[in-house]
Amino acid sequence: MCKIEVENLYKLFGEHASHAINDMKKGMGKEEIMKKHGVAVGLDNVSFSVKEGEILVVMGLSGSGKSTLIRCLNRLIEPTEGSVLVDGQDITKFNKDQLRELRSKKFGMVFQRFALFPHKSVIENAAYGLEVQNVPKDERLKKAADALELVGLKGWEEYYPENLSGGMQQRVGLARALAVEPDILLMDEAFSALDPLIKREMQDELLALQARVNKTIVFITHDLDEALKLGDRIVLMKDGRVVQIGEPEEILTNPANMYVEKFVENVDLSKVLTVSSVMMKPFAVTYPKDGPKSALLKMKEAGISSVMVVNRERQFIGIVHVRDVRKAAELNHKTLEEVLDRDVVTVLPDENISSLFTEEKFPIAVVDEKGVLKGAVVRGSLLSALSSEGGIGNG
Amino acid sequence: MDSIPKFPLGDIIEKFIDFTTEHFSVFTRAISDITETALEHLIDGMLFFHPLVFIAIVGMVLFKFSGRKIAIGSVAGLLFILNLGLWDATISTLALVLSATLVSVSMGVPLGIMAALYKPFNRVLMPLLDFMQTMPAFVYLIPAIPFFGLGPVSAIFTTVIFAMPPSIRLTCLGISQVPSELIEAADAFGSTKKQKLFKLQLPLAMPTIMAGVNQTIMLALSMVVIAAMIGAGGLGGEVWRAIQRLWMGRGFEAGIAVVIIAMILDRVTQKTASKKK
Ligand SMILES: Nc1ncnc2c1ncn2[C@@H]1O[C@H](COP(=O)(O)OP(=O)(O)O)[C@@H](O)[C@H]1O
Ligand SMILES: [Mg+2]
Repeated sequence: MCKIEVENLYKLFGEHASHAINDMKKGMGKEEIMKKHGVAVGLDNVSFSVKEGEILVVMGLSGSGKSTLIRCLNRLIEPTEGSVLVDGQDITKFNKDQLRELRSKKFGMVFQRFALFPHKSVIENAAYGLEVQNVPKDERLKKAADALELVGLKGWEEYYPENLSGGMQQRVGLARALAVEPDILLMDEAFSALDPLIKREMQDELLALQARVNKTIVFITHDLDEALKLGDRIVLMKDGRVVQIGEPEEILTNPANMYVEKFVENVDLSKVLTVSSVMMKPFAVTYPKDGPKSALLKMKEAGISSVMVVNRERQFIGIVHVRDVRKAAELNHKTLEEVLDRDVVTVLPDENISSLFTEEKFPIAVVDEKGVLKGAVVRGSLLSALSSEGGIGNG
Repeated sequence: MDSIPKFPLGDIIEKFIDFTTEHFSVFTRAISDITETALEHLIDGMLFFHPLVFIAIVGMVLFKFSGRKIAIGSVAGLLFILNLGLWDATISTLALVLSATLVSVSMGVPLGIMAALYKPFNRVLMPLLDFMQTMPAFVYLIPAIPFFGLGPVSAIFTTVIFAMPPSIRLTCLGISQVPSELIEAADAFGSTKKQKLFKLQLPLAMPTIMAGVNQTIMLALSMVVIAAMIGAGGLGGEVWRAIQRLWMGRGFEAGIAVVIIAMILDRVTQKTASKKK
């Protein structure tokens, strides 16, 4: 289900917006509009949707309209034209009171430079959203304390923001947004001001947190690595327009145009490609009941020297190698039990392939959470995937 | 040159003031009477205590809220004034200055808030403030008298007009200086205008507003001699009498008493301003 739907959204900054918008619709670009009308283009016909429970990352260079876009979602910036549907309601038609209700109940916002209130303690900051909803003091402090615990700030309640490090301040920012128990989190470059180590830590924690609270998150960044790490889907923006929308791998392996290519060319692919993109279909599988003879036959047909073994539920059990199977056949064993190698590395399909390079033993079995065999990674496919994907950037 | 007649600015203003006094003086005189009675009660109240008791109370209050140094300095200063025999005059000046400050602040702060929040109002108010501050303060004495009569109320009126601008300006400045990111954050959580003002803008502007209050007090004090010309009495009256009779020593004694009061009020308000931060 779609939590937010943005349709044909325009935002122009300046006095003669109405003239300019017609030219924009005819396809005039940002610079031309500026020259002709003296109007700054924030958003140019932006449409996309955010699904319930996903992390949607909006990515683009500085000035591409990301902040404008996220602020149009709760109308901190008034869109010039177009509609924004939240839970099916067009919020561009909301009056003041409806808008305040929407902002205070549905959205929680986290800002790039934290925007904490310096005269309020950590817990008072976290409780702010509830305070303006006139939630009784005891209740709001309790909820704020819960939110602070959630972001790992238990024990810091009575401190003031100025006494906290950047990372901790942003945790307060996150707690302030979470305390109102919003459906949607809006995060505008929330981690961009943090130094790299802290940033990575916060990203991991956001993902862990998301697994628990399962919000709909719109996350803004100019950092592709961050986008790929956090995003279920990514919206790529340039000059106020949407250039591509897709899952991280789609954007990497299938960039919509030169602009996206340029963006992705510097990405370390091994960091972002997942196992499922380099794995092969498991060639031949044999049930433990299958005897050595039939296993040999299948290996011969497929032209491989080892084969994965699964049970009736297709759960991975181990591997057998052709040499051992032949011996077992000569010894007239009825099953593969004796020659089964259970000491095989397994990975999940959405794991990062960078962890595989250090493995000595191939093939590696790819299994899902239930242990069901999904594929196999051999050394060759790993390397070839890398070299062919690596070619994207050179185009 | 004779063909261009003088623009009758003075006549117009005079007519205007005549007209307003004629129609409103009943009203303003009533205000004047009430204020004068209130002021007398205030002074009587402050004089009710023996000076030493009063000084002791002031010392203890300041010790609690402003620290030891300021408390000791203030007590010493007040004892010195008592020793000079200027106690009653000092109390009456203090009452006048504090009333004028109270009026200035209670009008100036709301005006400053409005100026910060409504741009058109700001555009009208700021030139008016420039006018109020650059017009020689003596000039305000003239219309004050027909409205409020000779005496302390006219003095308060003049002092208020002269001393109010910093309260307005610095309140406006303090509120405008609240970072827009914080305002945005408050908006993002659905704050009303009133909530933003009381939970965010005023608390953050408080040190600046207090600096404005401090300046208002200092300006009010600087008016005491001028106010004495229309019968305000107090330390200003002492100075004024000394000027007229060329009592140099007496004039300086009263002047020093004003300085002592100024220093006490300045330190106390500055301390509160910085403590709020
Ligand atoms: N208040 C404003 N007035 C005029 N132009 C603006 C305003 N806010 C943003 N812009 C313009 O809109 C464009 C997009 O800005 P922004 O959304 O802040 O980009 P990003 O967040 O991606 O860096 C920029 O070209 C910027 O100059
Ligand atoms: Mg931005």
